[in-house]
Amino acid sequence: MRTITYSEAIHESIDYNMEKDETVFNLGEDIGVLGGGFRATHDLYEKYGRKRVLDTPLSEIAIVGAAIGAALGGLRPIPEIMYIDFTPGCMDMIVNQMAKIHFMFGGQIKVPMVLRTVCGAAGYNAAQHSQSMYPFFVHTPGLIVVTPSTPYDAKGLLNTSIADDNPVIFMEHKRLYTSKGEVPEEFYTIPFGKADVKREGDDLTIVATHALVHDALALAEEMEKEGTSIEVIDPRTLVPFDKETIFKSVEKTNKLIVADESILSCGMASEISAIVAEEMFDYLDKPIIRVASPNCHCPFSMPLEDAYIPGKEELKEAIAKVL
Amino acid sequence: MQISDKNNIELLRTMKRIRTFDETCQKLFVAGRIPGALHCYTGEEAIATGVCKVLEPSDYILSTHRGHGHLIAKGGEFKYMLAELFGKSTGYCKGMGGSMHLASVKHGILGANGIVGGGICIAAGVGFSIKYQGTDQVVVCFFGDGGISTGFFHEGLNLASIHNAPVVFVCENNLYSISMTSKRATGLDKLSTRAVSYNMPGETVDGNDILAVYESAYNAIERARAGKGPTLLEYITYRWRGHHAGEAGDGLFYREKKELESWKTKDPIRRYQALLLKEGKITEEKIEKMEMDIQQEMDDAIEFANNSPYPKAESIIELSMLKKE
Ligand SMILES: Cc1ncc(C[n+]2csc(CCOP(=O)(O)OP(=O)(O)O)c2C)c(N)n1
Ligand SMILES: [Mg+2]
Repeated sequence: MRTITYSEAIHESIDYNMEKDETVFNLGEDIGVLGGGFRATHDLYEKYGRKRVLDTPLSEIAIVGAAIGAALGGLRPIPEIMYIDFTPGCMDMIVNQMAKIHFMFGGQIKVPMVLRTVCGAAGYNAAQHSQSMYPFFVHTPGLIVVTPSTPYDAKGLLNTSIADDNPVIFMEHKRLYTSKGEVPEEFYTIPFGKADVKREGDDLTIVATHALVHDALALAEEMEKEGTSIEVIDPRTLVPFDKETIFKSVEKTNKLIVADESILSCGMASEISAIVAEEMFDYLDKPIIRVASPNCHCPFSMPLEDAYIPGKEELKEAIAKVL
Repeated sequence: MQISDKNNIELLRTMKRIRTFDETCQKLFVAGRIPGALHCYTGEEAIATGVCKVLEPSDYILSTHRGHGHLIAKGGEFKYMLAELFGKSTGYCKGMGGSMHLASVKHGILGANGIVGGGICIAAGVGFSIKYQGTDQVVVCFFGDGGISTGFFHEGLNLASIHNAPVVFVCENNLYSISMTSKRATGLDKLSTRAVSYNMPGETVDGNDILAVYESAYNAIERARAGKGPTLLEYITYRWRGHHAGEAGDGLFYREKKELESWKTKDPIRRYQALLLKEGKITEEKIEKMEMDIQQEMDDAIEFANNSPYPKAESIIELSMLKKE
């Protein structure tokens, strides 16, 4: 099969859906002429024109608000917020409008939109351009939250997201855009709420998201040689959340590490740990260990950012605790 | 407006210092010595220089992602700035902030912002605090033409206006917010016309004419100091470099080379230098000496930054929250 990048996979899905459905359009800062900060929408402006690849003023509230309005008016918008760090500036639109309209109005109204944004620390961009604060969205009922870790998952899940009538937060990760993987040329979808066992193993389960999936897989590969068999599971969507696949794995391995780049306190690793602890306590031989960003802001300085980002080192320490 | 000979020379020196600092940083970035995001101010030096020249040391500024010029003009020192850009513990923010988050409270520099428009409402609040405490300080809030499209702009100017707060809002209109032109983003020929909505004076000025900048800033700052309330100033200018130092080809894939070249002929530094030479206020020799001194300051800063240590990893936890002594 052919290999393409994560960014190309996203681009391919948007392109396909725009071609298929006239109501699909994009709006955001520098997505047109510039093609987006990570090239996910490059050349779509040339292909579909300004009407469907709309460069907006620097106005996050209006980007999300207008996308909601366009969805109410019958379109299927794909708004882009350049970095997740700018979503607090339009949080009311996301939390009080986008997420609640369907519920508050008794189910009369659908809000079919896919808010694409970017998380993760990379390249020393300091405290306001490095966050992974999507637990805010998981904390908000009514939103689907998608976190693809591979080009294959990105294309399949974006296809599903655009077709869905619920509002979706589609969380892309900075350190993954140039990563490559096999992706079919034809259209396919991946259902929400279906975790993917990225690697099977018997001794220990690591539930990981985004870039940490790759750290966990690399480590599992290394440790296989030392005789440790690690199972790696990627939930792929945080809402809805597939706990069954994880429970089945824990039944087998009896040990769990949860790795996610959001901040430890009230973060995704904490939430997943609680879900498992609540129902699977009897199967666990050791406490669940969380691997996450520390409870502080992302520092600029090179060695500090390197130390701040959770990765293989932190996973190794966690494994040493449970094995 | 009369400016003393000493100040004339200071204006030229400050513009040249800013140019040297940012052009050196651009090179250091390309050489891999400065990590992260770096936004050069080259071509826009007259604005920070002219505005900050009017300010007293006790006055405040709020800066932007393209903020090196604001800092230098308000008294920031090369070596501590560069150390910050290198992520060293001797930097103004101990290596925690980097280029986008420089601050030096002792110089009244209350912080650069990586959130576009993020300083506008804060400036209204700083202005409020000045009035509240009855001092005669003023706060200047810098932001770009992109910043004018944020909700912060509306809420911040309105609040400053109804409280008659001593704030001067300085919109640096370099015609682009990354690839988006200010004309396309607003439909306006003059962004300063927005001042009408907030019941404050607004003025559009040639941002590459240091004397025009100085005079308009003087009027607005003295007005604020006299308790007559905020002003919106728009300075028209152009950035010579790409949006950030890593952007290919000085951003010439969304702007025309012709346009860039024509703005380079309006170089605020060359323009002012020619004027001072013509009026006999400076000599070629003095300019040469000035440039050598600035280069020395830059070289010293590089050495200082190179020789400084990185911060310790524990400092990120220590700085996360204020501790009781
Ligand atoms: C709230 C917010 N939205 C988007 C960005 C990304 N961004 C950084 S600079 C910039 C353009 C800013 O343009 P302008 O205000 O005109 O300043 P300039 O870069 O031209 O000096 C954008 C879109 C950001 N940092 N903050
Ligand atoms: Mg601009």
